[in-house]
Parts: sequence; structure tokens; C-alpha cells
Amino acid sequence: MIRIPKWKTISILAVCLLGLMFAAPNIMDRATADSLPAWLPSKQISLGLDLQGGSHLLLEVKVDVVIAERLEALVDSIRTELRKENISYSNLGSDGHTARVTIKNLDDVEKAYSLINPIDSGFVTKTSDNGLISATMSEQALSQRRISAVEQSIEIVRRRIDETGVREPTIVRQGEERILVQLPGVDDPERVKRLLGKTAKLTFHLVDQGSSFSSAQSGRVPPGTRLLPAVSSAPGQPSSYLIKKRVMVSGDTLIDATPGFDQRNNEPVVNFRFDSVGAKRFGDVTIKNVGKPFAIVLDGKVISAPVIREPILGGAGQISGNFTTEEAKDLALLLRAGALPAPLSVLEERSVGPGLGADSIASGKVASTVGLVLVIVFMALYYGRFGLMADVALIINIIMIIGSLSALQATLTLPGIAGIVLTIGMAVDANVLIFERIREEIKNGRTVISAIESGYSRAITTIIDANVTTLIAALLLYQFGSGPVRGFAVTLAVGIATSMFTAIWLTRLIVVAWLRRTRPQTLEI
Amino acid sequence: MPRFKIIPENPNVNFIGFRSVFFVFSALLVISSIAMFLAKGLNYGIDFTGGIMIELKTEKPNQISLLRERLSTLDLGSVELQEFGAPDDILIRIQRQDGDEDAQQKAVTSAKEAMGNIVAEYRRTELVGPKVSDELFMNGIYAVLSAMLAILVYIWFRFEWQFGLGAVIALLHDVISTIGIFSLLGLEFNLATVAAVLTIAGYSINDTVVVFDRVRENMRKYKVKPMGELLNDSANETLSRTVVTSLTTLIALLALYTLGGSVIRDFSFAMIWGVLIGTYSSISLAVPLLLYLGVTRRTADDDNDGVEQTSA
Repeated sequence: MIRIPKWKTISILAVCLLGLMFAAPNIMDRATADSLPAWLPSKQISLGLDLQGGSHLLLEVKVDVVIAERLEALVDSIRTELRKENISYSNLGSDGHTARVTIKNLDDVEKAYSLINPIDSGFVTKTSDNGLISATMSEQALSQRRISAVEQSIEIVRRRIDETGVREPTIVRQGEERILVQLPGVDDPERVKRLLGKTAKLTFHLVDQGSSFSSAQSGRVPPGTRLLPAVSSAPGQPSSYLIKKRVMVSGDTLIDATPGFDQRNNEPVVNFRFDSVGAKRFGDVTIKNVGKPFAIVLDGKVISAPVIREPILGGAGQISGNFTTEEAKDLALLLRAGALPAPLSVLEERSVGPGLGADSIASGKVASTVGLVLVIVFMALYYGRFGLMADVALIINIIMIIGSLSALQATLTLPGIAGIVLTIGMAVDANVLIFERIREEIKNGRTVISAIESGYSRAITTIIDANVTTLIAALLLYQFGSGPVRGFAVTLAVGIATSMFTAIWLTRLIVVAWLRRTRPQTLEI
Repeated sequence: MPRFKIIPENPNVNFIGFRSVFFVFSALLVISSIAMFLAKGLNYGIDFTGGIMIELKTEKPNQISLLRERLSTLDLGSVELQEFGAPDDILIRIQRQDGDEDAQQKAVTSAKEAMGNIVAEYRRTELVGPKVSDELFMNGIYAVLSAMLAILVYIWFRFEWQFGLGAVIALLHDVISTIGIFSLLGLEFNLATVAAVLTIAGYSINDTVVVFDRVRENMRKYKVKPMGELLNDSANETLSRTVVTSLTTLIALLALYTLGGSVIRDFSFAMIWGVLIGTYSSISLAVPLLLYLGVTRRTADDDNDGVEQTSA
């Protein structure tokens, strides 16, 4: 006991020094920390969104919509193919992941099958005796579609958020169909949510002028056309349009979109440019349809349907539609970033303004400082010299917690600060156990050195038993908790680990150093 | 250096003698907690119910009735407003909206629009949709149950099953009464509260383990001392440590409760309660219970592994 091997002394001091080095950057400002030489740790604790302010959004990709769309496309193609070949059918429709059609003349079934089977390779087509043909999306195709939809969505979400200028966003997949978005510094994410809330699928359609618009409005929509509402119903503008389903040009061929102003009336517009394929198609359509209205459709709503005055051959165009400047800016951004494969919905949102974050940091600092000082004073008063030794260990413990959190790059949250304060109170427990044991041994008539020796060795199992149970709680909390609560689990677990080190090994080192210097005959504890 | 004593040099509290008082008190506490929970339930936060919570600062103080008026026109169901620490700081809770996730989103947008320029700053906006709140609720239950199970297994492994049972009864007592006090006071029960409950569980067991360790040690040391006396001595020998550790923990937690800000006040409260009840239960409940759980010197001797280490 009285002799601690040199290597042990050195390792204990080295660990403390390491903790100090990792903790040090936190009291510097960012620039100083960054200018430290490369061999020194320079990482600061990363603050959770609840402390630095920011927005946490948990999004879900509505993959079912994509699958339903694909199914609908299949049904449309089946209809077209069968009509082309004059095969009569009934009950064409879909449910779940399956499209079904009944062929009236059983002789046509084989031919129909050969038409339907190659349309979409993701479907398994089957026939049955009564003329029923069913095409079911295969499990493999389903999961492939799901994965690719989520991956594409992450990409598009990233592009859109980058365009808004948010710094250091975190965008990661979570689980099967979810995306976690963390936006530091964004306290009111309304704009971001508005931008993410649109799939931004842009298509250009011809307007059906032949059919009677009023009969379509009363529910009789002619085949191949669709009645779509207008985005904004400005006075003098129609509230809905009857458009042809066929997509003439689609937004995925856009290469650029910028907000601007119409030269004639100075209204906000969006200028866009197609790639060469899109430009050619756009040119072809406009050549053939001069004088006709051309509907610009975004997410199933018609932005406007301007009349084509002349063929547009350069591949550049303009969208106007009673925009505000802000709307034009957002639309341009959406078009530049591309369309989402499926709509997103916000499952969970937690946003903290910079004011509350700063207040939380300030009150956390005050609470932990006051808690620390009070515990230090209490220990010194209660255990005298030994209390002071425990206090040194406690301070080093706090430094080591900060150092570990910085080194691990763990996120410090408000409950995390609470965890540190709790550790301040509980960390001295190990020393209390040891000191109480020493007191007892002295009472039992042992000499100073043997009392201290057995105080440490006997208390150790108790300390370990007691800490393991708290550690179990912390680990499970980490496993099942989310966000800020995880931060609590992390500081609690780290605090338990460092406190066992400082309270057992570090104080022993201090006690031994004191013993060897003063060689006391009696012990005041 | 001035020294003071909180616990007398050789404490001799008759814990075992008063055991029936403690048992009756604890039984009443647990029964009334369960009754409270069944009758009144818990004030679940949006983490578990889903819904919307907005904390904001208004341009001028005392705008709460104006805000209430504006929000009441929106048809959002139950909307609660309360002052939160300062006259210009207001906390708004809006119930979970019928319909899917997008319905919740619309409610936030329309509430923010309606409040418009009365608001100086949105300090906090939390929205939890039905899917996530269901998951969080289940996760909370799993976390508490698995923590209890893991602790039971650990104690079982380190001691004997009689000790494990005693520790877990004390633990359940602490957790149930914490839920009871939350129900009684109508404090918000949310994710942070679950974290607090788990920490209480860890702390309470921590305290119990220290006393049990001493019980086991004394069982080896005194072969003829009557069991009741032995248990009482063990509790008294560790009393000083138990009180000091609880005090330092309480000091730190009180600092957190008073100075840590309103966001974590309920969380700190739960832990303060947990430390008090955990300290009480480990001395006054867990130790006397050992009398009835059939702990004998034989069981202590069987546990060679533990004995070897504690007497090292």
C-alpha cells in the first residue's frame, strides 16, 4: 500500500494529463483551438441541438406512394396495350401490390399475357383458367424500390438543404424508410419544412380543348385526360384545368432554374433551361402546338397554362404564375435540386431557438459550478484533509469527463449537463466509502497505514458492485433512449468510469504521497 | 479545520425494531401510488401522447389571454397555455391532431401564423407524430423493464437470490412511489422522466448493495449473533456513508433544481425524490426484508466468490 510501483504512478498521472489535454481546447475560443499544433488534441465538445440551437426533423419517405404510382402506370399501360390489339377485357384494376385484368375471350389470354408480361420486369405475371391475368410486384422489386426511393430522397433532401445555406447539416438514413435531418442554427424550420414538403415533380402537358370542360368538371373525365386544380386561383384564372395525361416534357431534364422578373410586367418568374434532350423535346412540342395552351404542372397542380406564342427552340423558358418573390425563389431552388421520388412527412420535430440554447448553457454552467463548490466545501468540512484529497479527485474527474466527451466527440445535451451535475454528487461516493471504512478500521484499533490499506482494499468490491448497477441503467438508457436522453446516458456512463478511476487510484496516490512525507502516528478523518 | 458530525460516532438506530412501522408506511405508499396512478393517471408529455409543444417569448409581457384568443379560433382541440418562468415566456401545448403526421404539421403552421407578430422569439418547438410517440412509449417501457431485469440478474449473480429479491422489492417500491408522486403532483411524465426513473433505479440499488455487502461480511464475521441484531448493526455501520453520499448527491441535485433552468426542473425533482426514497428504502425496507427472505449464514457461506473478495 505504502509503495505504489513507479509504472503505476506514472500511468495514473499520464491518464490525468491526457484528460487535461483533451479537455483544454474547451476553454479556448474556436480559433485558438484550431491553431493548436497537430499533435495536440484540438476538438471541443460538440453541443447538442438543444444547447446550440437548431432543428431536428425526423422524416418518413412515403414509399407506398411510389409503389402505388408504379402500379397505376402498369394499369395504364395494360389498358393501352390491350386496346391497341383490340382485346376486350373487364375488371381492370389494382389492389395491394397487384394489378388484375380479366380477358373476356379465353383465346386471347395467351396473347394478352405476352403483351402484359414485358411491360414492367418488377412484376410477376400469372394467368388463371377463367381468363384472369394478375401481375404482382415481386418482393425483390419492392425492397429495391424502397431502398432506392429512400436513397434518392436523402440525396434530394441534402441538395435542397444545401441550397438554403444551412451550415453543417446532418442528413442520415434511420431505419428502413426514415431520414434524420439535423440543422444546427435553424430555429424556425418552417421554410425548410415547406421546401421538404414538396415533391417538386414538374411536368408539361397539353391542355385538352376538344372535350367539354364542364362535363369533365361534373365527373365525366374523358380517357387519357385529367382534371387538375390550379395552384393559385387568382381572379380571372380558371380554378382547374383539363389536361392530357401524356407527359410532353418532364422536369428531370432541367439543368438550371433561377428566380427572375418578367421583363414586360416585372412579376417574379422562374427561368429554366433544359438539357439537350429536354430542349429538343420542348422544341418539338412547341413547334407543333403554336397557339395552344401548355400546362405547367407541379405536384399534381397546374401553376399556369400559357399559350405557346412561338416555337421555343433554345431550350430555355420561363414559368410565371402569380408568384411572390419568395415563392419564385423557392420554386427555382426546388427545380434545381430535383424532384423527390416520394412525398415526405415529418414524424417528429424538435427545434430550439438560440436564446433558449444559450440560456440552458448558462444555467447549466451556474448549476454545475454551484453544485461542485458546495460538494467540495462539504467534503472538506466533513473529512478534513482527506476531504480535500477527494476534492482534488473530484475536480480532476470533471476535467476527465470533459476530456473524454471531447475525445469521443460525444454530443453534450441539457440532460447531459444534468448527468454531469449528478456525477458530481455521486462521484464522491467511492471516497466516502473508503474514508468511512478507514474511520472504522481506526476505531477497531488498527495502525494508520494498515487502516488506510484495508480501507481501500475492502471498499473496492462494494464500489464496483454499486457502480455496475448504475452503469447498467445508463447503458439501457442509451439503448432505448433518443436524442437528449442519450446525452444523459453518455455523461452518466463516462462520469461513472472516470470517477472510479479518480476516486480509487488517484486519491490513493495522493494519500500515499502524504503518508510518506508526514508519517503520521494518528489519523484525523 | 473545523469538523462537524452529521451522524453520531456510533449510531444505534433500531431499524429492525421499527420494521413494522416502515413496512406499513411503505405498503401505504405503494398502494396509494398505484391507486393514484389508476384513478388520476399520469400527465404524459407529448413524447408519449404525440402532439405539439411550443415555448415562446412575446414582444410584450402578459400576452397570454391574447394568444389564447387567437389560438381558440383554429379548432385545434385542447390547447393549454401557461406562463413559463417569466411573464413574457409562454408554454403552449396543443393536443395530438386527428389524422396522420401531416395533420400535426398543419396545426403547427397554422398556430404560428395565427400568433404572428405577438411572438418575439420561438424558443422551442416540439412536434411528435402518432407513430413516433407510440414507439417512444414502448421504448420507455422496454427500457425500464429491461433495466430492472438486468439489475436483478446482476444482484443474483453477485449475491444470493434472497438478496436479489430484497433489492428488487426495494427498487420496485422506489419506482412505483416515484410514479405515484408524479401522478399526485401532475408533473409532466416524459422521456426525461423515464431517464430519471432509471437513474433512481441505479441509485437505489447502489445504496442497497452497499448495505447488503456489509450484511454479508458480518454474517461471516459473527457466527452466533442473532440475525436481527446483525442486520441492524450492518445498517448502522453503513449509516454514515449512506447519509453522506445522499447528502452530496442532494446538494448537487438541489443546485440543478434551483439554478438549472425550467426545462429540466421536473427532471431534477424526480431525481431528488428518488435519492430520498432510495436512501430510505435501502435501510428501512431492504435490510429488514432479509429477515423474511430466509437469508441464513449458510447462504452467505455458500457464496464463496463474494466472500473471498470482500474480505480480501
